[in-house]
Amino acid sequence: MFSFSVPLGKLVRRVSRLRGGGSALPGLVVEKIDPGFMQRTLSTLPHGVAVVSGTNGKTTTTKMVVELLESQGLKVFTNRTGSNFTRGVAAALLGDVDWRGRLDADIAVLELDEAHAVHFVNRVPPRYSLLLNVLRDQLDRFGEIDKTAQLLQHIASKTTGTVVLNREDPRVARIADTLDGPEVRYFGLDDSLLSTFPNDDELRAGPGSPAPAAVQQKPPADVVLRRVGPDNADFEYDGGTVTTAMKLRGVYNIFNAAAALTLARSICGSGAAAADHAALLTALSQVAPAFGRGESLVVDGLPLDLVLVKNPSGFRLGLKSFPAGGYATMIAINDNYADGRDMSWLWDVDFESLRADGVDQLTGSRAYDMALRLQYDEVAVGAVNTEITPALAAFIAGAKDKPKRIFCTYTAMLAIRRELSKITTVEVVS
Amino acid sequence: MTPGTSASKGTIRVLQLYPRDMNIYGDWGNALVLQQRLKWHGYAPELLEYNVGDEFPDEVDIIVGGGGQDSGQLVIQDDLQSRAETLRGLAEDGTPMLLICGTYQLFGRFFKTRSGAVIPGIGVLDVETHGTDERLIGNVKVTTAEFGEVLGYENHSGQTTLGPGVAPLGTVPKGTGNNSSDGQEGARYRNIVASYLHGSLLPKNPAIADFLIRAAVERKYGSFTPGEPDDHFAVLAREHAARRPR
Ligand SMILES: [Zn+2]
Repeated sequence: MFSFSVPLGKLVRRVSRLRGGGSALPGLVVEKIDPGFMQRTLSTLPHGVAVVSGTNGKTTTTKMVVELLESQGLKVFTNRTGSNFTRGVAAALLGDVDWRGRLDADIAVLELDEAHAVHFVNRVPPRYSLLLNVLRDQLDRFGEIDKTAQLLQHIASKTTGTVVLNREDPRVARIADTLDGPEVRYFGLDDSLLSTFPNDDELRAGPGSPAPAAVQQKPPADVVLRRVGPDNADFEYDGGTVTTAMKLRGVYNIFNAAAALTLARSICGSGAAAADHAALLTALSQVAPAFGRGESLVVDGLPLDLVLVKNPSGFRLGLKSFPAGGYATMIAINDNYADGRDMSWLWDVDFESLRADGVDQLTGSRAYDMALRLQYDEVAVGAVNTEITPALAAFIAGAKDKPKRIFCTYTAMLAIRRELSKITTVEVVS
Repeated sequence: MTPGTSASKGTIRVLQLYPRDMNIYGDWGNALVLQQRLKWHGYAPELLEYNVGDEFPDEVDIIVGGGGQDSGQLVIQDDLQSRAETLRGLAEDGTPMLLICGTYQLFGRFFKTRSGAVIPGIGVLDVETHGTDERLIGNVKVTTAEFGEVLGYENHSGQTTLGPGVAPLGTVPKGTGNNSSDGQEGARYRNIVASYLHGSLLPKNPAIADFLIRAAVERKYGSFTPGEPDDHFAVLAREHAARRPR
């Protein structure tokens, strides 16, 4: 069916690109004049739509799923711009459809923010969904963590084919009990790695705080992450364990690789016959982190790691995955809307691992909240400057002979990347 | 972090109430601040926890209770009722307490949910809370007579009104506080400070932390000789926080 909305939308997209505008306007236009555009276009895909949601790791996991599926010869449509909104998806579709509105792809893999995912799945029920975790993040937006779990449950309930769940996150695993339509598959973690993944129910209440009630019998998982080495990892599936090299850094990224592998196996078919496992593993070993998520740059001939931290569990995992020894450390905390305005979360992170080496530089609009936090954990603080540009310059100048690490919230990371792109090569994010 | 007790001016036992179920929005920060400031004032802190089903400790000098989700409040409700008499006794006897958000609500007379169900509180504070559809979220500034300007962050949908038996902690030039009508925030009764503010509350408001410590020490040892905590980061964090948008 030919619809005039597509040529018009594409035209708006071109014009807004020429004017340097964002991606939302053309999406808005096509949504207004042809509300069925997105649903109609996505419904033509032979493998349907896969949705990736959860608090932490959506971007990197979506990227992994796309690369795994491409290794199997599938053509994948994805929202690469990181636009989490229905409108962003519509805008991205406009860029990829031909002038008659046809999308040349086998499947769409979409990263969806929990809050917007509900609106989206009501209009476009996904064939697959991958639900990663429910963690405290931006409670000032979603209100309560149980509310976030309900949003994910809604996504699962609208899924027509397979729901992939994190077996180790009780709020996610419990979603299985509420489903009777879709198939459920899990990804899981070896017991020996569980301690590196504190969930929010185990947030530190005080020294010697008792562990919460023991977990009940765990269901079998399609893929289990068994071990994480310095540059490789062991995954177990189909009754065997394979060791594969990994470019990804940080245990939590590699756990999300198990999630991506489970979803890819659901889509391509598991078992020896269906998916090409050698190709899957090669693709997995070559996935690089999405920008800012454990990204390593080079400054003055030495590595500078950017670690995105946006909630207590993410910060704790970041500190655990990237030990402080031998590194100069900077922390950049902003409280813009996209970061979350509530600073409470800083008090749910233990900073004792930074005590031995101290922190060289603090910056961001809430740099002094961070300084105060470190004071109470008896971590020495070098310098504090709420302005990111001079703070970054001072940090780099003051640690010329050391590898560097910057823990930063989302908008602080954007500002730091902008500054760093003036002195080193930083991947351009479109 | 366990401090030596040898040179201390005395031991102060700080009880965290239901940290397992009522610990959201950085409530650990309040306990940590009390622990560290007690040390800086020359006293030996001892941190205790009370969770559902535990034995209630004999000797308690300060009590801190945090926020919780609706689910957390449901979990502790029966156990809290079974401790009501003990907690009322401690409150009347002048035990300093910091009650944040969910614990503040449950220490009142009742919480009436949106559906009309009435959850009884333990009646330590003459306040009542009504569930609403409106979520009150954002940075808050409170003007108080006792503690100067108090800064924090609120996130609640229960709205609390005070009875004649308690005084407000202060009034809100920025933010909402107890409810969306009377411009008041928190409650004061004997040595209890109750508030909707997290952030955590105590790190950026050391005046409240030191009030609780002074009250505990005077109650236990008769007089309090303060130390000299270094609060320059707290002062700067307050200045910057006060300028941030709602
Ligand atoms: Zn609260």
